[in-house]
Amino acid sequence: MYRYSEFDTAFLAARNAQFRAQVERRIDGSLTEDEFKPLRLMNGLYLQLHAYMLRVAIPYGTLNSAQMRKLAYLAETWDKGYGHFTTRQNIQYNWPKLSDVPDMLDALAEVGLHAIQTSGNTIRNVTADHFAGAAADEVADPRPYAELLRQWSTDHPEFQFMPRKFKIAITGSANDRAVIKAHDIGLQLVERDGVLGARVIVGGGLGRTPMIGQELSPFVSFDDLLAYLEATVSVWNQIGRRDNKYKARIKITVFEHGIDAIRAKVNERFLKVRGQFKGADMALLDRIKAHFAPPEFVQNGQSGFEDAYRTDNIFRSWVDTNIAAHKRDDHAIVTISLKAHGATPGDATAEQMRVMADLAECYAYDELRISHEQNVILPHVPRAHLHAIFKALQENGLSTANIGLISDIIACPGMDYCALATARSIPVAQQIATRFEELKLEHEIGALKIKISGCINACGHHHVGHIGILGLDRAGVENYQITLGGDATETATIGERTGPGFAYDQIVPAIERIVETYLDQRLDREESFIETYRRVGMAPFKAALYPEARADAA
Amino acid sequence: MARAFTPKVITANDLIAGDVIYQTADDRWSRDLAEAELITDEAHAQLRLLDAVRQASKVVGAYLADVRPGPNGPEPVHFREDFRRTGPSNYAHGKQETSPQPRA
Repeated sequence: MYRYSEFDTAFLAARNAQFRAQVERRIDGSLTEDEFKPLRLMNGLYLQLHAYMLRVAIPYGTLNSAQMRKLAYLAETWDKGYGHFTTRQNIQYNWPKLSDVPDMLDALAEVGLHAIQTSGNTIRNVTADHFAGAAADEVADPRPYAELLRQWSTDHPEFQFMPRKFKIAITGSANDRAVIKAHDIGLQLVERDGVLGARVIVGGGLGRTPMIGQELSPFVSFDDLLAYLEATVSVWNQIGRRDNKYKARIKITVFEHGIDAIRAKVNERFLKVRGQFKGADMALLDRIKAHFAPPEFVQNGQSGFEDAYRTDNIFRSWVDTNIAAHKRDDHAIVTISLKAHGATPGDATAEQMRVMADLAECYAYDELRISHEQNVILPHVPRAHLHAIFKALQENGLSTANIGLISDIIACPGMDYCALATARSIPVAQQIATRFEELKLEHEIGALKIKISGCINACGHHHVGHIGILGLDRAGVENYQITLGGDATETATIGERTGPGFAYDQIVPAIERIVETYLDQRLDREESFIETYRRVGMAPFKAALYPEARADAA
Repeated sequence: MARAFTPKVITANDLIAGDVIYQTADDRWSRDLAEAELITDEAHAQLRLLDAVRQASKVVGAYLADVRPGPNGPEPVHFREDFRRTGPSNYAHGKQETSPQPRA
């Protein structure tokens, strides 16, 4: 867990004092909205449909219990008692008053949290594999490097007025849980001849023009990585398109120039900036690494687990669904679902946040993670404690056993909150989850990722959902387009549109027909939805969705 | 030929609370769409919008929103405006907390 240095603390205090003064000047009329807007956005404050929204960064998705408790405190002191965890490892408060926001930021600073660069055309919160440091399959914990990137990118003078926002994700594992191919830059830690470095992916992104990132370099050693990234962002900062907002992201720059031309420019620029990095970054990285030393794992952490697993059926089902393998056999990674059937995906009440903080402190080495899939993770749990954790979760509406299943839906806030949205997302997610819970089909269906966005900006990652749903405004009516076959992992794929969209009251029945088609087509229970789709293609799903088209053709 | 002018109200967000507000005929800002001034003349609409935009220390992002006249005052035309006058659909937050705002 990174602990702020005196420099960090002073920097944040100064920045918060600055913003407090800006808010005061806006309220007393000395600043117009046009003048104030860029200032508030630099501090994560949006004005949405019904209220302001404060977006707080959770750097690389890592929190300790004190930080989680502070998030709960904000929720009940200045909001309506809950917070919304997002697909970029942030938390959003939907109801703050402008005059309260400086106090909220000061409260966050007490535990080393902030809202800096959670908006605007800057390098945003660096996201990471939510199993980082705990997964058995990783080369190294990516978070020290993510923290180095945060320090490098925060207030970086060259990168404050870029063509558009810039998002970086990092993973230490070949099994991509951080969607690195859908980021402006995706980093995968790799080792070559005993030297740690990263494979650099560039030009991925969803939104209006979805693209899968391409490999800029198969290996850049850590010594050179910061210079290489600075060169990459710098090349885009110069040649990225500022004439058209929709063509400004680096994915378009890479697409228009071609990856080879971009690579040549980056290499040229890299040679120029490399000399400016004289090893201070590596010294800093060494210091940061010490903050991320693994906890002192208890020995024989599994004692008593087997008995509870054998005797408690509900516990067993939860373990089978929500637990992932830890790098130590006697420990486990627990994913706490924020997707109770019918609840808003990613929302947690202040009370639930406190329960999770207590569990982390009491049983799990004081660590929590937020996943881009809008769930909370206890990354290091001795198996002996799983049953006690489960019982506490059960009492607080947090024990839903649905990770990776049809009701574990990613959904953006949509038109219930967002000023950019063209349709609602949340009620669609709620209805799908409720419907399949009624049908008791969830576990029968197995692994299936549904992702819902309420506009083409794709915060809900719909393009990379096995089933993607995109809410649009068609002539003043909500309409939902479906894509199939998307994939957010190392085999990232953009889903394919099924055809015309569906009305608000027809979208859940449409999803049901897709699922029925899968159950009908699959070879056996072992063949997952995405495997069946890859084998049989779009045709049977289309036939089920648009029977009238088939009748017309006949 | 220019399109015929359709009825409008002036709406914005409150500077401090951020919530949705509507300009009334007697120059107040109301939380309730039913109290909004129904504007049926284009020139009058532009003048009223100028009035609203000038109140920068009270309101943010004033604009003209389409409405249709109803028995209890203006009613939203687009579903986005219906959400703005009511609040989100997943919790009874926003205007639903204080006064009944039936969804159209």
